[in-house]
Amino acid sequence: MAGESDVVIEMTGLTKRYGDKTAVDDLTVTVRPGVVTGFLGPNGAGKSTTMRLIVGLDRPTKGNVTVNGRRYDELAAPLHEVGALLEARSVHSGRSARNHLLALATSHGLGPSRVDELLELVGLTEVARKRVGAFSLGMGQRLGIAAALLGDPAVLLFDEPANGLDPEGIRWIRQLLRRLAADGRTVFVSSHVMSEMALIADHLVVIGRGRLIADLPVDEFVRRGTRHQVRVRSPRLTELVSLLSGPDVSVRSLADGAIEVDGMTSDAIGELAASHGLPLHELSPVGVSLEDAFMELTGGAVEYHAEVPE
Amino acid sequence: MTTTAVPAPARKSPLDGIRITFPNVVRSEWVRFRSLRSTWITMLLTVAIVIGFGALSCLGAVSHDRGAEVLRPDFDATLRSLVGTFFAQLAFGVLGVLVVTGEYSTGMIRATFTAVPRRLTVFLARLTVFALASFVVLVPTAVVTFLIGQSILARDGVDTTLGAPHVLRAVIGSALYLVAIGLLGMALGWLIRHTAGAIFALVGVLFVVPLIIVFMPRPWPDRLEKWLPGGAGQAILHTVRDHDSLAPWTGYGALMLYVAVVLLVAAVLLRARDV
Repeated sequence: MAGESDVVIEMTGLTKRYGDKTAVDDLTVTVRPGVVTGFLGPNGAGKSTTMRLIVGLDRPTKGNVTVNGRRYDELAAPLHEVGALLEARSVHSGRSARNHLLALATSHGLGPSRVDELLELVGLTEVARKRVGAFSLGMGQRLGIAAALLGDPAVLLFDEPANGLDPEGIRWIRQLLRRLAADGRTVFVSSHVMSEMALIADHLVVIGRGRLIADLPVDEFVRRGTRHQVRVRSPRLTELVSLLSGPDVSVRSLADGAIEVDGMTSDAIGELAASHGLPLHELSPVGVSLEDAFMELTGGAVEYHAEVPE
Repeated sequence: MTTTAVPAPARKSPLDGIRITFPNVVRSEWVRFRSLRSTWITMLLTVAIVIGFGALSCLGAVSHDRGAEVLRPDFDATLRSLVGTFFAQLAFGVLGVLVVTGEYSTGMIRATFTAVPRRLTVFLARLTVFALASFVVLVPTAVVTFLIGQSILARDGVDTTLGAPHVLRAVIGSALYLVAIGLLGMALGWLIRHTAGAIFALVGVLFVVPLIIVFMPRPWPDRLEKWLPGGAGQAILHTVRDHDSLAPWTGYGALMLYVAVVLLVAAVLLRARDV
């Protein structure tokens, strides 16, 4: 169980090929307990396949993956150790929400009272006896989360939990994930939306075309991805530019007469200008967003590029 | 947001100690089986066909000219009342198919094998629940059909009783035959994983292959027909034996052997394939 070891999910050279297409390519990743790990990558990067490999729905072509040190199909109570919300719909549309959960719960010896608790938790009590086929996307997602939480698992795998949800639903998921992590649970959550991850994850695993691109804490990802650029306007620009030197500093002049300085903070530029008595009309840091950082990191790894008109 | 991963303290959960057991999975399969409307509709349809066609065929026997059919020495009063079994086999085979392919077409199968990743446990539990539930419904159905049929045949005095030689075996045999066809449907469902494809295969085995054989040159039709799954299995419903049909238990044994082989192949592939 969580706490006994410092690795919860361990992938070693995990590889999955479908025919001649490699969906997951030699992935070696460890997911540590008690934190939210974001699993990030563009669509088609192999996130869902990795999730399917973790829970044993697909067999790896090479390599292996263990949960709490064991192969998933060797766990005594999978629902108690791992709760999984897969991306694809995994519910029989002809069954009621309650019976769906009951069918899963009974396999582990759990009964109707546990099912009712979860229906309450995800807010589906009112529609518990309605056929799932009539559920909206959001209700279906709530049912999937109830199923994932049935066994009170220490580890949660959520594959694109925000997909297709309205803003209110997205906020609900975000709060739920935070609460689950605060309980001391391990959360491994995939997304193709970087900003989503920045709000909930402590650690990031980034993949593209099935390969590992980055495995690092969110803060470091942001730091590494963010270049310091500062936009500067001054009536005595040429003098200022001659002062801006350094191994990592570059200056670019912009169309409107301003310059963009790369590699120096706005503080440093401001102090430099002041010490030489140079007036500044503008000194503004240009932020590089997480999305930009993500795009930069995975730029070469996107399977299908759309041409973006300039 | 924290940058350092602080190891979580060992979580205590009120659910520590729960586990998958075979009886638990059987319970789970029972919940699945009973909670779908299609299960009950198909069951009801099967029961209605068995009883309805049985009664109809007995009415047909007595309304015909006296001395024709019912007075022949090979008239089988038991079989006559149970002929609905042959018409119901498609409905019941389809139920077997749906119990499996319904999960593939809806995606439920992913939830199933995520909850219980040992696939053979699910396979065996589902088979157990299906066989038991079917038998429990089909035996009383066969007895009722038999009694209704005999009460009709009694008008011509050609009826028989459950105590007469071979009769009880044939009546129970109606249920056994349908259970076997249902299991064949299940096996084809696991194998093919698509509703339409599996039903197509089932219809092929039960109805198309026998038709093809009928049109083969003699003596092949007589030699082969009795060894087909349908022809062999139906021997168990006869109380008067045709000279060239198989003995009741030999025939049923052959059918069960075919079913077992398809189930075995399905189980091996289920373990090996991606879900």
